[in-house]
Amino acid sequence: MSLISVKSLTRVFDVSKPWLNRVIERRPKALLTAVSEVDFEVAERSTYALVGESGSGKSTIGRMLVGLLKPTSGNVEINGVDLASESDAAKIDLIRSDIQMIFQDPFASLNPRWRVRDIIVEPVVARGGDATGLAEKLLEQVGLSALDAGKFPHEFSGGQRQRICIARALSSEPKLIVCDEPTSALDVSVQAQVLNLMSDLKDNFGLTYVLISHDLTVVQHMADRIGVLYLGRLVEEASPEDLFADTKHPYTKMLLEAAPRMDGFGREAELPEGEIPDPINPPSGCAFHPRCPIARDICKAERPVMRPLGNTRVACHLAE
Amino acid sequence: MSEPVLSIRGLSVEIPSRTGTVKPVDGVSYDIRAGEILGVVGESGAGKSMAGNAVIGLLTPPAHIAAGEIWLNGTRIDALQGEDMRRLRGKKIGMVFQDPLTSLNPLLSIGDQLSETMLTHLDISRNEARKRSIAALEEVGIPGAAERIDSYPHEFSGGMRQRVVIALALCAEPSLIIADEPTTALDVSVQAQIIALLKRLCRERGTAVMLITHDMGVIAEAADRVAVMYAGRLAELGNVRDVLTAPRHPYTQGLMASTPLASQGKARLHQIEGAMPRLNKVPEGCPFHPRCTFAQDKCRAAPSPQITDGAAACWFPIAAEKVS
Repeated sequence: MSLISVKSLTRVFDVSKPWLNRVIERRPKALLTAVSEVDFEVAERSTYALVGESGSGKSTIGRMLVGLLKPTSGNVEINGVDLASESDAAKIDLIRSDIQMIFQDPFASLNPRWRVRDIIVEPVVARGGDATGLAEKLLEQVGLSALDAGKFPHEFSGGQRQRICIARALSSEPKLIVCDEPTSALDVSVQAQVLNLMSDLKDNFGLTYVLISHDLTVVQHMADRIGVLYLGRLVEEASPEDLFADTKHPYTKMLLEAAPRMDGFGREAELPEGEIPDPINPPSGCAFHPRCPIARDICKAERPVMRPLGNTRVACHLAE
Repeated sequence: MSEPVLSIRGLSVEIPSRTGTVKPVDGVSYDIRAGEILGVVGESGAGKSMAGNAVIGLLTPPAHIAAGEIWLNGTRIDALQGEDMRRLRGKKIGMVFQDPLTSLNPLLSIGDQLSETMLTHLDISRNEARKRSIAALEEVGIPGAAERIDSYPHEFSGGMRQRVVIALALCAEPSLIIADEPTTALDVSVQAQIIALLKRLCRERGTAVMLITHDMGVIAEAADRVAVMYAGRLAELGNVRDVLTAPRHPYTQGLMASTPLASQGKARLHQIEGAMPRLNKVPEGCPFHPRCTFAQDKCRAAPSPQITDGAAACWFPIAAEKVS
């Protein structure tokens, strides 16, 4: 059964200049479509990864999943409840307590004036729950010491802080944790510790992860299903095995080719063409066509829809 | 073999503070030859950027070079002061920083910035400088260089800005370029373009490059030799293929094993327990011993040996045949 069901999710940001400037300079409103008609489902107790470069809309999707942003159109259903349109407050509260988030920067996401104990139990206390001894228990579960509960965030290194963030996310016993680049601020050896911890916790607590990352190797290591985003659109979705062995979409191929490899001594990678276009004026048809090596006329005219191809779903006119 | 362009011998950087002196760089020695890319790799706080800053004389006081020698093309440069250092910087050594937006002046067009650098260091006319600026932009792959030369940094994308920074670093034809995390702020597809550009320029002009990064993949693809740093000291130095396929220092081995690999699937990642020590708490003996699975009494007592090319700073280096 799927825990999350996302249907033609779209989010548009108004990035216009102030009203007076628009009148004087005679400029139209500038609308940035950060996420455009994205569909996917996440099965319970699985890890779904969203990968893409900057500006691909992966963090915006993450924020809409947890309810930090409202969709412009389309919807997100978690356990069959749409947080944006549901009117039953009790139902919303129940679903919300099942969702937690881990952010990228562990230096910015912990309040420097709070003790670790208060930070960790906040999700429980905010709902009036009993949190006696909870922080100490969780700290040990994430590999820190119970004695750390009385300390302040500045006394910890980046990896340890990310463990505190994970402990906080676990305290309300959520079913779903949205992880927005959980390890990109960390060093490689610490990243391995945090990824291993996340895998262990997933097994122990029966968690579902939505993992947002730009790092293909991390995604391949963690995910059961991977969605590749380009300019706010989902272009390919597959299991890690299929995605890496039998890549369908030319953008995914380009991304995999460009990623540096540990065994690529002196490799002369086939270089990607150009850069990500301006999301305010995205290219017509398929957003990738100006950089695509196999683009034809239809790609400029018509936006490809997501279609199944084997066990993969791909949004490309020419993929086979 | 030719003389190295840059030669660092026993370099130590110290920062005095109220609670004692810390050594972010401690007894580091390496050479870079013409046309060679030396990758300097390590985790944050390993001292890799600090060593680069010491070479170009950009240490922020109270940090200072406490010991060691830096030689550039046979001239000793570690004691140069003020005007002498300024003449060297930009002329003989170019620098590429991590964030291309903060390393360009937002108030000057990129043409002005390139011309300014050339007029400062080369004896040429304003017209000639402008001509050379356009050529430099073309060389780093900026389309329509002649039209874009009067644009300002904010009109360029991240990748194009980093190309401008590279053009700036190269425009006085230095013999050494220090690239400090040049692609960390960029996306994967742009990173590949920038790395390829650095490799091409280095090969064509015979410029020596010190490529500072934390990304082993970038090192594998770009560097000829690699220096692995840990807690301010050199852990291992050698040919990139040798070090990455058959690491002799337990830290390098752990670092390689903890990087998720495509071939590995979902297998549990190897993890090095603990974290790099803070600089005011570097342990006695080999700085890696508290995290090392092979540590013995000697590692706790005696500082790890100072090393030369092709060796690991370890009392009990992993023998080549033990590496599977």
